[in-house]
Amino acid sequence: MSGWLDGNFVSVIDGVAFGLLLFTIAVGLSLVFGMMDVLNLAHGTLYLAGAYVAYALSDGTLWGLLLALLAGALVGTMGGAALTFLTQPLARRGHLDQAVLTLGITFIVADLLAAAFGGDVLPTDPPTALRGTVDLLGHAYPVYRLVFIGVAAGLALLVYLVFERSSLGALVRATVADRDMVRALGVDIRKVLYGVFAAGAALASVGGVLGAPILGPGPGVDETVLVLSLVVVVVGGLGSVRGALAGALLIGQVQTLGVALLPEYAPFLLFGTMLLVLVVRPHGLVPSAVRA
Amino acid sequence: MSPYATAGSMTRRLSVTAVVGALALAPFVLGSYAVGTLSRILVFALLALSVNLLTGLTGLPTLGQSAYFGVGAYTSAIVATRVTDVGILQLLIAAGVSALVAVPTGWLAVRARGVVFLMLTLAIGEIVYSAAVNWKSLTNGTDGMSGIPPVVPLPGMPALELDGLVYFYVLAVFLLLFAAVSRLGSTSFALALRGIRDNEPRMRAIGYPTQRYALTVYCGAGALAGAAGSLWVSVQRFVSPGDAGFEIAALALLAVVIGGSGSMWGACAGAALVWLTRDYLGNLEAVAGRGPLLLGLLFVIAVYTLPRGLAGVRIPHRLTRKRTA
Repeated sequence: MSGWLDGNFVSVIDGVAFGLLLFTIAVGLSLVFGMMDVLNLAHGTLYLAGAYVAYALSDGTLWGLLLALLAGALVGTMGGAALTFLTQPLARRGHLDQAVLTLGITFIVADLLAAAFGGDVLPTDPPTALRGTVDLLGHAYPVYRLVFIGVAAGLALLVYLVFERSSLGALVRATVADRDMVRALGVDIRKVLYGVFAAGAALASVGGVLGAPILGPGPGVDETVLVLSLVVVVVGGLGSVRGALAGALLIGQVQTLGVALLPEYAPFLLFGTMLLVLVVRPHGLVPSAVRA
Repeated sequence: MSPYATAGSMTRRLSVTAVVGALALAPFVLGSYAVGTLSRILVFALLALSVNLLTGLTGLPTLGQSAYFGVGAYTSAIVATRVTDVGILQLLIAAGVSALVAVPTGWLAVRARGVVFLMLTLAIGEIVYSAAVNWKSLTNGTDGMSGIPPVVPLPGMPALELDGLVYFYVLAVFLLLFAAVSRLGSTSFALALRGIRDNEPRMRAIGYPTQRYALTVYCGAGALAGAAGSLWVSVQRFVSPGDAGFEIAALALLAVVIGGSGSMWGACAGAALVWLTRDYLGNLEAVAGRGPLLLGLLFVIAVYTLPRGLAGVRIPHRLTRKRTA
C-alpha cells in the first residue's frame, strides 16, 4: 500500500466508523418519516440523550458500557413512544406542525440536559478494556473504533434482516403501502406506528451510547447529529434501509476525509456532495421501493 | 398576500397609520434598552417576512433562511470594515450577495417539495453556519467580527452612534421593504405563487414554469433575508456564527407559524412575540437562563393551541388550505 491511501488510511477507516454511526442514527429518522410519515426533528436529541447516558454510566468497565446500552435503549424507546403520542394529534395537520412541535421539544430537552450536565462537551472514555491502539496494516488504530465498526455493522445487518427479510418487516412495509388493507386484516395500525418509531428512536439513543467516545455529549451536538442524519436520509433516499447505509457511508467519508484534507472548505464539500447526488439521482442513491 | 389587500378600507388605513406612528414615536417614550430590543424585533420581522414569502405564500417550509441572513450579515460586516461605512451600500451589497448565494442553493432546494425541501434548507443553513465557523480567514471563526464602525445611512450623513438613531435607520428600511413586499402581494406573480402552494400540478398543467417561479421567489426571499442581516450588523456592530445558526432559522419559522402562515402582519406579530419571549422572559430573575426552555414551551403551546396562528384567530372565515407540506 502506498501513496494517497496510505497517507489517509486512518481518515478512511475513521470515515467507515463515522458512516456506520450515522447509519445507526439516520435509519430510524428515515423509516419513521419515509414509512410512517412523521417528521421528527427531535431525532438528534435522542442521540444526545443516549450520549449523556453513556457519560453518566461509564465507569471504565465493560459492564458499564452494557448497562449504558440497555439504559440508552430504554430511554430511546420511551422517547420514541412519547414522540409518537405527541405527534399523533397533528398527523392530519401536516408536516409543518410536526416540525414546529418537534423543534420545540428539541429546545426544551436540550435546555434540561444543559441544566443537568452543564454547558461543556463532556469527554467520554471507552471502557478500559477497549482503550489503546492496535496495528492495522502498519497504522496504529484505536481499538474502540474497530470494536465500534464491528458492533455497528452488526446492528446494520440486524436492521436490514428484520426490515427486509422478516414477516415483521413485511407487515411494516404493507402498512405503508396500504394502511386500510392491513387494518382490514385485523392489525392495530397504531401498534405498528409506535413500534417503528420506538425502534428508530432506540437506535438513535443506542447510537448515542456507542458514539459518545467519538462524538461526545454537549450542547449543539443534537443539532449536528440531526443535520447529518437529514443529509444522509436525503442523499440515501427516504424510507430505505439500504439507502440510509449508502448515504451514511458516503457522508462519513466526506466528513472525515474532508476535514482531514481541506478543513476550511469541509462544509462546502458536504453541500457539494449533496448537490451532486441529487442532480444525478433526485430521489437519493437508493429510493424506497415502497414509497417512490 | 394579506387577506385585507383588496379592502383598502378606512379602518385598515387608520390601523396602518397608528402602527407606523407608534413605531416612529417609540424612541421618545422608551428607554434605550427597549429601543434596542425594538430594533432587533424589526430586523427579525424582516427575516420572518422572508420566511413568509416561501412558507406562507409559496408553501415551501424553510428552516434555512438563517443562511442568507448570515451571508448578508457577514457581507455587511466585511464591507463595513474594509470598504465603506455607508449603510445603504452595505445593504444593497449584502442583499445582492445573499441573492447570488441563493441561486445555486435555491436551485438545489426547489427541486424538492414539502419535508424534503425543509430538510435541504436546514442542511444549507447548517453548512453556511459551519462555513462561518471554519472559514477563519474571512469570518474570524467562532470569535466573530467586532469593531464594526457605526453605520452612515446615506452618503454625507453623520455616523449613527446612538441606539435611538440606528433605530430610525432600521425603521426606515423596514417600512420600505415591508411596503415593497406588500406591493408584491397584489401582483400576478404572487397569485402564481399561491397557485403553486395550493395546487402545483394544475399550475404546471396550465403552462406555468413552476420551478422557475419557485427559484425566483427563493432568491427574492434570500435577498430580503440578506438585507435583514445587514441591518442586524448595523444594530449589533458585531457578527458571530450564531447569527447564521439553526436557532435563528427555527425562530423565524416559528414566528411565521405563530403569526399565521400567509399573513404579513401575522409574521411581524409572531416575530415580535418570539423575540420578546427570547429576549425578555429569558432575562427575568425567576427563570434566569431558562430562555430556551420557555421558547420550546412556546413552540409546543403554539402548535397545539393556534392551528392557524395569530392571524387565524382574528379571521375565522379563512379558507382551510391544503397541507403546506
